[in-house]
Amino acid sequence: MGKISDAIYEIHYMDTIASKDSPIHRIHPLIKLLTAIAYIWFTVSFDKYNVAGLLTMVIYPVVVFSVSGTSFRHSVKKLRVILPIILLMGILNPFFEQTPRFTFYGIIVTNGMVSGFTLIVKGCFAVLGSYLLIATTTIESLCYALNLLHVPKILVTQILLTYRYITVLMSEANHIFEAYILRAPFQKGVHFKVWGSLLGQLLLRSIDRAGALYDSMVLRGYNGEFRYTQLRRLQWQDFAYLAAWAGAFAVLRYTDFLNMVGNLFV
Amino acid sequence: MHMADALLSPAVGGVMYAASAATAVYSAKKIKDEFDPKKIPVMGIMGAFVFAAQMINFSIPGTGSSGHICGGLLLSAILGPYAGFLSMIAVLLIQCLLFADGGILALGANIWNMAFYACFFGYFCIYKPFTKNGFSVGKIIAASVIGCILSLQLGAFSVVLETSISGISELPFGTFVASMLPIHLAIGLVEGLITAAVLVFLLQARPELLDAEATENKFSLKKVLVIMGIIVVLVGGALSLFASSYPDGLEWSIFQVTESEELESDGNIHDTLAGVQEDTAVLPDYSFSGSDSAAGTSVSGIVGAGIVALFCILLCAIFGVFKKKKQLES
Repeated sequence: MGKISDAIYEIHYMDTIASKDSPIHRIHPLIKLLTAIAYIWFTVSFDKYNVAGLLTMVIYPVVVFSVSGTSFRHSVKKLRVILPIILLMGILNPFFEQTPRFTFYGIIVTNGMVSGFTLIVKGCFAVLGSYLLIATTTIESLCYALNLLHVPKILVTQILLTYRYITVLMSEANHIFEAYILRAPFQKGVHFKVWGSLLGQLLLRSIDRAGALYDSMVLRGYNGEFRYTQLRRLQWQDFAYLAAWAGAFAVLRYTDFLNMVGNLFV
Repeated sequence: MHMADALLSPAVGGVMYAASAATAVYSAKKIKDEFDPKKIPVMGIMGAFVFAAQMINFSIPGTGSSGHICGGLLLSAILGPYAGFLSMIAVLLIQCLLFADGGILALGANIWNMAFYACFFGYFCIYKPFTKNGFSVGKIIAASVIGCILSLQLGAFSVVLETSISGISELPFGTFVASMLPIHLAIGLVEGLITAAVLVFLLQARPELLDAEATENKFSLKKVLVIMGIIVVLVGGALSLFASSYPDGLEWSIFQVTESEELESDGNIHDTLAGVQEDTAVLPDYSFSGSDSAAGTSVSGIVGAGIVALFCILLCAIFGVFKKKKQLES
């Protein structure tokens, strides 16, 4: 059963690379979260025909990939999930918007082609932005950042608990599914006659596990509220990081940066 | 149905975040008011269960293909709508961050499309009315299948609406709707059948799990209507300000044929009826009469969405009357 084991491996891998040490890893999680949101926000706000401007936003992933030492090859795997939908939408654009925009070596480039291309680029940049956030920040740190943003504590606790138990329950699901497939080797999925009992068994085991978890939490002093220890205070370097990137994004978004740079040399 | 960041404009993404965040805060408050410390770990584990269950493929009889569960209605049936909604948020957030399934900016929209409709609309409007007088295999199957199909249809329609309002895709609205809704009808049916199979299993193996939830969360049409009312104002009012000035799907098709967005008329009957319509329409062409203001467009949005909402309420009321009549007769 490749799918579940792959997913378990993926979670462990992300946990490992997020716990590494680099200047980016050391930035406060709240600042990294806000920077990632700002990057995605500015990227998707580009006009659908502004290809040149949009491409300048590549600077953020390039810098963060190189400074944090994160593997670009692995991030391409993430693009595989979302790319088919974006590609489909982007490829359809030329069929529905055929107004000519410019000619490139005799080939007429239409508005639809340009908007389709920017859609695909935006999609890739947005995925890279969120990938770089989670590749340099652990889920625990992110939950701490959400706590600072006054996200309801119950929700933050849910994220932490769900994340902690995903691998446990996925392993259990893997065992159940493997046992089933070994007894039904030529089936594509679970036969409809056992849909309820197969998933129901997993559900009952999960509920029993939740009971055990609650008991163990109570024994450690849980009384309905989770308490979080402060990771570390925000420092001036964190604010400088956020200000620098926010400034850079604003310049790239609202000025004709490429022409400005070009004019300096021409 | 997970939307990528590139499919949304920042304005639409922001509005959907606000709507989902408001619902999450309200749900968190409801859970806090219940004060059942045991529920917190159960919610966390159930979120992880949905995550694991989504990885298992279920073969669809007679098609040769397979589907998987989404989990919103299942979580609501076991945990209740508020706890189910929060658990689904945790699942969607982790999917978005770890597996790039949906984007950070689009998270608000994804929560709305996949968790809100299943946990609140599917639960309060379909599952709860079906099962409020007790559980049976038939009731659970009907509630799960109808609940999942309608929730997914609403979710799929919202995806089209959000993408179209964002002005990202050149795909005409009508074509987009026609491609999204039928496929999600099939997906909803499979999801509904899997949900029903699990709930029926629970009914037979551990019925107290369903009963425990059924005694809480009394059906409140008033609350659902208040929430829907806020959404109507948000979607109809705020989002219509960002509405595209480009022609809609039908206008686009007409433009391709006639090079005009409206068909020319040459009959007296048409002219007379058009005159009557112009004189009686409160907001002709989505603006106040004789005005082109954004306020007019916004009010048109609210009025339009309000009329649709009223129509839905009317349908609910008619079904309710028939149901009560039947109950009295029996």
